[in-house]
Amino acid sequence: MEILNDMLLYLPAIIITVAGLIVMMVDAYTKNATMIYTVSVASLILALAASVYGLFGPTVDIFYGMATTGGTAAFGTALVVAATLFVVVLSREYLTSINHNFAEVYTLILFGTVGMIVLATANDLVTVFMGLETMSIALYVLAGIVRDEKTGIEAALKYFLLGSFATGFFLYGIALLYGATGTTRLADIGLYADAGLIYWAGVGLLLVGFFFKVSVVPFHMWTPDVYEGAPTTITAYMATAAKTAAFVSLILILERALPLAVEQWSGVLVVIAILTMILGNIVAMVQNNVKRMLAYSSIAHAGYVLVGLAAGTAAGYSAVLYYLLAYTLMNIGAFGVVAYYERHKGMQFNSVDQYAGMGYKQPFMAVLLGIFLFSLAGIPPFAGFIGKYQVFAAAIQADLIGLAIVGVLASVAGVYYYLRVLVFLYMKEGTEEIELTQAGFPYRSVLLLLALLTIYFGVLPGGLSELLAGFHQGTLYSGTPLP
Amino acid sequence: MLEQYFPILILIGIAAFLSLAFMLASKLLGPKRPSTAKLQPYESGMDPLGEAKDRYSVSFYIVAMEFIVFDLEIIFIYPWAVRYQELGIGTFWAMMVFIAILTLGLFYTLKKGSIDFDLRRVPQNRPDIKP
Repeated sequence: MEILNDMLLYLPAIIITVAGLIVMMVDAYTKNATMIYTVSVASLILALAASVYGLFGPTVDIFYGMATTGGTAAFGTALVVAATLFVVVLSREYLTSINHNFAEVYTLILFGTVGMIVLATANDLVTVFMGLETMSIALYVLAGIVRDEKTGIEAALKYFLLGSFATGFFLYGIALLYGATGTTRLADIGLYADAGLIYWAGVGLLLVGFFFKVSVVPFHMWTPDVYEGAPTTITAYMATAAKTAAFVSLILILERALPLAVEQWSGVLVVIAILTMILGNIVAMVQNNVKRMLAYSSIAHAGYVLVGLAAGTAAGYSAVLYYLLAYTLMNIGAFGVVAYYERHKGMQFNSVDQYAGMGYKQPFMAVLLGIFLFSLAGIPPFAGFIGKYQVFAAAIQADLIGLAIVGVLASVAGVYYYLRVLVFLYMKEGTEEIELTQAGFPYRSVLLLLALLTIYFGVLPGGLSELLAGFHQGTLYSGTPLP
Repeated sequence: MLEQYFPILILIGIAAFLSLAFMLASKLLGPKRPSTAKLQPYESGMDPLGEAKDRYSVSFYIVAMEFIVFDLEIIFIYPWAVRYQELGIGTFWAMMVFIAILTLGLFYTLKKGSIDFDLRRVPQNRPDIKP
């Protein structure tokens, strides 16, 4: 049975789907919070093991070519599942402290993760769309889970309206590409170099849809408000897992469906990357709210990722994958520490002034935040530095020297606002008397693990880099014909 | 070529004439007893004017959700059932999985009280619904 073999290769998504259904039923029938949490974490650990195993498996098309396994897709799956696991552990404690530890959160996170896996492993534009929508619908609801706060409602509504608009663009792009080429299979679209105006309109609309989901300038307007209004650990989920899935899918599309149009889309990506890096970093400087600052910083980081994509080479794609790993680790970490500080004063504890003097009250958390912020700023020996180095190196190899220069300058400017938080933590006197309570053991150990991984992938990038480079060896990808 | 469409043109003409004639007839012949309710624009029986932030029962949405559960089932099951002979036994199990997941969704909404129309939960500012 070929289909059973395919399902075995698709195990991470299936495990999480079943777990999502179990969590939903437990919520409806017993409301046992411990069981819901245990099932979620256990399923994510199992799925992580399955997807890491898949990293070393074959790169083949499954389900009659609708999805693909191994290589880039497996790495995306593993990264999304790992990010979800960290977020679920952090969410439990954080959401309990703000009285929003609903069972729906876990159901939606699990189903959203399934959508992300479908997106990251899609080999057909229809599958891409399905994954994108499953992911987005879960995220729209998650963004508004704090429904008694105005910011929460604003976040959910804004995300939903703009998101469905972007989905329209995306779907129209798929329709036009189908009209121009007569297929939605990525590799079959890749056989066309230029199929006239309709083809180019389709490619453009498809890219616009992705640009919205990964929030790059000029499609970034929703990001700060949504990231600010959503609960902080959910923000971490949206900023890391969702972006990772969308970028991995974009790599697959660029690599398989548009390999012959590389000159054209590379030009587009260069312009968008320059705009994103400059605007993201400059606007982040003037933010006083830490969550908004991290939102603009995530826009800037999407710009760095685009630098690697714009190179359009194998080195560029594997650099992007490395960057996504570093970005996920350090961003979940940073949002995790912010969530820890925030819960001491309800939802208001986000202004950078309020961080004054906090560095000495809970030194462990402040040191972790320091590691994550240094990594985000791209300072060695942390993973963020290696990610940035690889991305810019790939751009220089592809003769995009101007782009690399802009990127380096923008990331130097970015150091200012990351270090500003640390200045407040350690070098200013706190005015308010706030006693910080210690975070729970799972919370602290997840943050510590993230920090250790951030250092590990900053000091010893060799093994993973070789693995990632192996994904994109060889010539043009050739797909399987339709059955 | 265009001549083929001539009967349609005639039909459009007749339709336009008839509807205009009926509107005119009711205007000229009908009795006129206007009231507030009659003069309001028609909005499916709901009050068309008022604050946008009106409160209404969430049951509307839950019932709509249940409708979607069955609606989606029909959309996929019908074409599958029609072509079942060609599709084979594999699709039977695929469809069973699909129906099982949808059924779980139905149980979820039922357990969450989707058809549990407890009128005591009606918002206080809706005098038109008596508990």
